[in-house]
Amino acid sequence: MIDDGLVLAGRTLRSRLIVGTGKYSSFALMREALEKSGADMVTVAVRRINISDRSRESLLDYIDTSRFTLLPNTAGCYNAADAIRTAQLGREAGLSDWVKLEVIGDEKTLFPDTEGLLEATRVLVKEGFIVLPYTNDDPIMARKLQDAGAAAVMPLGAPIGSGIGIQNPANILIIRETITVPVIVDAGVGTASDAAVAMELGCDGVLMNTAIAGAHDPVRMAEAMNYAVRAGRLAFLAGRIPRKLYASASSPLEGILR
Amino acid sequence: MKLEINGEMRCVKASATVRELLENLDIKPDRVAVELNRRIVKRQDWDRAALQELDKIEIVQFVGGG
Repeated sequence: MIDDGLVLAGRTLRSRLIVGTGKYSSFALMREALEKSGADMVTVAVRRINISDRSRESLLDYIDTSRFTLLPNTAGCYNAADAIRTAQLGREAGLSDWVKLEVIGDEKTLFPDTEGLLEATRVLVKEGFIVLPYTNDDPIMARKLQDAGAAAVMPLGAPIGSGIGIQNPANILIIRETITVPVIVDAGVGTASDAAVAMELGCDGVLMNTAIAGAHDPVRMAEAMNYAVRAGRLAFLAGRIPRKLYASASSPLEGILR
Repeated sequence: MKLEINGEMRCVKASATVRELLENLDIKPDRVAVELNRRIVKRQDWDRAALQELDKIEIVQFVGGG
């Protein structure tokens, strides 16, 4: 759908699927999966270079940056200061103002530390970053992030890598209804239907990594997700039928043979 | 010279500037960011950022992530 792109901070992405580059068994496999996903934007992490071992392959040797926009994340940051520092380094390395902002509160759940997230969002927005914060499914938090200048809000569907799909669709729906910037479900997607559900709720996009990279056949799953996001979006735009408790026949009652 | 690079104390070929250090470490300048004593050194300043013994340097790059 040519006119139905995802508009983020004034830039239009044709695909509403954003994919991560982590957890693949090989860079070559990652490259194939990225291609099949149809995504236009991919996330990357910011980490220390290995000084001793210079022979290792580099991620960017396998990503065509004329085709994919890089979105640096602040994964692994547990406070605002670290996230801000990582975002600044990511900006310097990638020469782009975009950042997927993560401030993590807890190792087991990887749920966001919303206090730190809000603080970091405010600072980074002031410094001219285009901030896409990974947040929880609290509509109040989503509004605060929007008010702080986030270019989108990215509520988790379920814990990162859990693959259990959107746990609180009601909250995601409330977020969609109350927020004016794009809403992108980020984290928790396990299979194609989870991605379709996100789009059917009216979300503007879906971000996933493990669901594809961890699948038995990542390239196939990437293709599935490509279809799922588009199908879900089409279904949303088509306007679904209402949910009813009782049946409503599809064939006419007139002219039945007796 | 002795420098703390990415958290480890290292003995490297004497490097007057950040640019020289990257060359001596055989690090391509593409998509790399450098911090010198906790301050980011912009790419355009790599030639002018002077290094001193025991300076703390962080050199980061993009890796796979979600």
